[in-house]
Amino acid sequence: MTDQAMTMQAMIDEWYPVGLLSQLQPGGRKTALMGAPIEVACDAEGHARVTAADGRVLPVRARYGHVWSSLGAPQKELFPIPEADQPGRRFVDVGVVRVRCSPLRTVENFLDIAHFPFVHTDILGAEPHTEVQNYKVEIREDVDEVWATQVKFYQPQASKSASGGITTEYMYRVPAPTCSVLYKTCPPRPDEWDVITLFVQPLSEDLCDVWPWMALFDDETSMTDLIHFQQTIFLQDRSILENQIPRRLPLDPGMEIPTRADLTSIAYRRWLKRHDYTYGAQLVAQ
Amino acid sequence: MKLYDYILSPSCYKVRLMASLTGVTLDLRPVDFHPGAEHRSAAMLALNPAGCIPILEDGDLLLTESAAMLAYLAAKAAPAWLAGEKPEEAARVQQWLAFSSRLTASLGGARLHEMLLRPGDIAVLQRQGIAALRELEAGLVEQGVRGMRFLASERPTIADIACFPYVALAPDGGVALDPYPAIRLWSRALRSLDGFIEMPGIHRLHELKPEPPIPTVEV
Ligand SMILES: [Fe+2]
Repeated sequence: MTDQAMTMQAMIDEWYPVGLLSQLQPGGRKTALMGAPIEVACDAEGHARVTAADGRVLPVRARYGHVWSSLGAPQKELFPIPEADQPGRRFVDVGVVRVRCSPLRTVENFLDIAHFPFVHTDILGAEPHTEVQNYKVEIREDVDEVWATQVKFYQPQASKSASGGITTEYMYRVPAPTCSVLYKTCPPRPDEWDVITLFVQPLSEDLCDVWPWMALFDDETSMTDLIHFQQTIFLQDRSILENQIPRRLPLDPGMEIPTRADLTSIAYRRWLKRHDYTYGAQLVAQ
Repeated sequence: MKLYDYILSPSCYKVRLMASLTGVTLDLRPVDFHPGAEHRSAAMLALNPAGCIPILEDGDLLLTESAAMLAYLAAKAAPAWLAGEKPEEAARVQQWLAFSSRLTASLGGARLHEMLLRPGDIAVLQRQGIAALRELEAGLVEQGVRGMRFLASERPTIADIACFPYVALAPDGGVALDPYPAIRLWSRALRSLDGFIEMPGIHRLHELKPEPPIPTVEV
């Protein structure tokens, strides 16, 4: 077995986003999944159809604004996002952004709250409010997901619907190796959470297409403003991600220096290692 | 004054930056360029048959070329940003305004390809981008010899604003700026101007940290 085939093994049966449902075309769109060329099209009935280069028809799901597929045979159903069926929410297709880095690094950066004041200055964080308060991180064995809860952070403009600074509460969830779901204080509906996701399509071990998606309670802001707010945030991350060295995510136990801020990242790496989710990882000490 | 705007578009940013530097308030009308392709909608094509943004509306004036928008903002609010009376200066402003469209085609094309998956021959776009950067670097070095820090003059003009965004965002398209010291100095000079504003990928000057101490070598 080649190195490439070995690192793909555990992740090959997972679901990955491969396109927007709203932009399916009969002529199809050529893309790639874990190094393999694939084509995403819609059939005569308008259903998504994903095929490999050899003509093999791949498994498909149409959920959360996106087409999902897998090179293998998924053992589990695509992870649930119950908020996706909740009436009153607006669903935002933010659109694809390509990033020259490992798909795992993209998720790890999404989980890192400590970068807010430095990368998303005056939007999601600001100096001197750089303190990350105590929060809880766990791997929930029943659902096999990484969860971080009670994450509180001061933000000058937490979302498009927030006017002025507020302390925002977050929950982070990793339900699949290249996907993360973020739950965030919802200013107009204090008893609900806004949902902001990062769905990452691994093109190769150091190249990915990122498809952010949101399910929000916000009747005020225009759809274009919602898209542009999230694109602005993600583009700020992109320029950081493309400069990280190495491009793949190091999964070496010796390199972990736990601080309060990156507890989620450590739990994510541990969970990846436990499942041999190493496509896009750099294994230093083996 | 109404600007049809996309937050990630360097050409739209030119106009927002010029407006900020000259103290003009714009009424921004966001266009869903990506993923919605709203710039190609019937309503937008009626404004600009070329199907691109920015578009600037002021009374019965409708502009679809960013260089014309820069000239308009400067003429209206801050004529010092236009060329002065010297023929060489006027010529250099026109030279670099026209040159800026090569940056849009090459570095801008590479960025759209690498970031938003737009079609294009990436190797050709990057090669043309590098050629344009080398020309800009040479132009700035020559200006330096003349004792001038900016492209057409000792003060910044609309020509600098026309060229700056696509140059600063070259790394988004996989083109590094490390080989161009004159461009990096020029970029710092522009970013330190009063009224300078950011866009995603173009940061304010907060990397001005003290030099790290030189480690002493024990013999
Ligand atoms: Fe971020």
